[in-house]
Amino acid sequence: MKKDIILCGVGGQGILSIATIIGEAATRAGLNLKQAEVHGMSQRGGDVQSNLRLSTEEIYSDLIPLGRTDVVISMEPMEALRYLPYLAADGTVVTSSKPFINIPNYPDESALNAELDALPSAVRLDIESVAKDCGNARGANMVLLGMAAPYIGILSVDQIREAIAVVFARKGQEIVDANLKAFDEGVKASKN
Amino acid sequence: MAKKLLLGDEAIALGAIDAGLSGVYAYPGTPSTEITEFIQNNKLARERGIHSRWSTNEKTAMEAALGMSYSGKRALVCMKHVGMNVCADAFVNSAITGVNGGLVVLAADDPSMHSSQNEQDSRFYAKFAMVPIFEPSNQQEAYDMVGAAFELSESLKVPVVMRVVTRLAHSRAAVTVGEARDENPLNVSRDSWVLLPGIARRKYVELLGKQDAMGEAAETSVFNRIEKAEKPSVGIIACGIGYNYVKEAAGNQFDIVKVSQYPIPAEKIKELASRNDSIMVVEDGQPVVEEQVRGLLGAGYPLCGRLTGDLPRTGELTPDCVAKALGLPGGPVFEPAKNLAARPPQFCQGCGHRDVYTALNQVLATYPDYRVFGDIGCYTLGALPPFRALSSCVDMGASITMAKGAADAGFFPSVAVIGDSTFTHSGMTGLLDAVNENSNIVVVISDNLTTGMTGGQDSAGTNRYEAICVGIGVDPAHVRVVVPLPKNMEEITRVIREEIEYNGVSVIIPRRECMQTLQRHLREAKKNAK
Repeated sequence: MKKDIILCGVGGQGILSIATIIGEAATRAGLNLKQAEVHGMSQRGGDVQSNLRLSTEEIYSDLIPLGRTDVVISMEPMEALRYLPYLAADGTVVTSSKPFINIPNYPDESALNAELDALPSAVRLDIESVAKDCGNARGANMVLLGMAAPYIGILSVDQIREAIAVVFARKGQEIVDANLKAFDEGVKASKN
Repeated sequence: MAKKLLLGDEAIALGAIDAGLSGVYAYPGTPSTEITEFIQNNKLARERGIHSRWSTNEKTAMEAALGMSYSGKRALVCMKHVGMNVCADAFVNSAITGVNGGLVVLAADDPSMHSSQNEQDSRFYAKFAMVPIFEPSNQQEAYDMVGAAFELSESLKVPVVMRVVTRLAHSRAAVTVGEARDENPLNVSRDSWVLLPGIARRKYVELLGKQDAMGEAAETSVFNRIEKAEKPSVGIIACGIGYNYVKEAAGNQFDIVKVSQYPIPAEKIKELASRNDSIMVVEDGQPVVEEQVRGLLGAGYPLCGRLTGDLPRTGELTPDCVAKALGLPGGPVFEPAKNLAARPPQFCQGCGHRDVYTALNQVLATYPDYRVFGDIGCYTLGALPPFRALSSCVDMGASITMAKGAADAGFFPSVAVIGDSTFTHSGMTGLLDAVNENSNIVVVISDNLTTGMTGGQDSAGTNRYEAICVGIGVDPAHVRVVVPLPKNMEEITRVIREEIEYNGVSVIIPRRECMQTLQRHLREAKKNAK
């Protein structure tokens, strides 16, 4: 069994902490893992992505082939669309619905949403509002991870939840609880 | 035996520490930076006092590492591929002097130029210097190979190159790590390393004499092997991470010679050629191996790869281009999105470089024609909208010397923009040339107190830029410091105008801390206050 995941967004939105948590969960579950990250110039407000591959078998390529991604997890709706050529026929897009506009030629929002909605499987949510509502404005990425968790499959929602506690443990119980709450809200929204 | 989740760069760093490293020497450069940073933060490395402070440039790094090797200890030099150009003199000659303690030269290549200005292949450098290369295909090999590279370096008494590419350097996987070996004792070389012609000729013959042993080491290396398919058809030479893409696409369908240690294992490749009707070379970067195999097998043998166009001539390999070259199915299911725009990187909000370009553009617009020669760093983004301020960016330090050359040619006004770290890396010597000829140029050293592009490493000359410029001979009256903030725009533009109008060498230093390091420092201060 394997799952190929693309994490994406804009430099500085915190996709690497999502990767760290899934990586931790996968390691604890004894899965093989490869995670290709983007460092350097694009981290300055440009588009960023990380290829995350989880498998019970040996993984060779650090990069996911075209048409093979099971889940695209995006902190930004237009960035989710950037990776459509990588999406598998039965793949899912899980994305924040709120545009991050730092370019003059950002596409029309309704057209962009229509394109997302036309996909066989896509979920979008205003993760920033959800994070704010549960008192953790900086936890939008945890809301997104919660939304995506049921689609990851090779790991259970609980396994990912446990990994959040492990990764944030050194920052104190308060931070752990706030992130778990944001995650739970994301899971709830995903099921609805 | 513990398992750790490590970036390729981190696996190299830990591999080096566990191999008894005594010093890493490096200048930051994507995708190599994390190697030195890992060693700086590693507990054992700190306990042992392993040298890990940043060097001023790759040449000083290479030479210091050679000095440590001379003293009998194991040294690692790390750089991005273009750093090999900077240290080439020291590197090529280190093959002639030979080494004492193990010396590993790590070059991180960047095919596809994710964060670079070219995609030169460091394997050419190693071949040029006639030394062995290790090229890991995964993170575990990256860890294991550093130790093997040090062993080979010490047994053959030559520097050994380890070549990685971005996709390995910046990809994470589980690595099984071993026990840490002790460092070498101090044992200063008793050989002559004086490369006077008489000695250099003898040493060059010695280097040539080691070539067969290097070939034998690659032929019997645990990192090179032939994998035989049930029905041979096309034989594949898969170098470094190229091996992963072949296995991803084709499993065990083809005969494969996996190449991760060079010189190329000629006997294995001949066996591959005899078992198959044709050969495809799958290598990331430039067609280094393809050219050599062409020579090995002769013009008549059907060979394909990047030179023949079966694989793309430019850009990094992907599982997709390899599958396509092998005639295997795959490809996208969904069309590219319609509502999609490029999102290029840009300056951080509040970045001082923004104010520098705003001021420069404002003043220069009042001249009929002008050129701003740029350099390598975050501030190269000044070439993009909205500033469009730069006409060139070539190599570390070229802003100053190109501005000088343009001024020599009679062009006015000729302005250079260079960062603080780039200035100490390779700008100071060019400034001396300009001072010696009193060239009519303005040099803007945009000082953000750090090496910003690579994530905020220490900059070699911090707090000493005025002194350095005056020491080089710039008239102190024309070394001007400003604080790049919107509220100071009137002063900054006045200073720029005055210095453009001054006929001679001017240096303007806009100085304000990088937003990234400022935020980091504020976070640390808040944490410490608790």
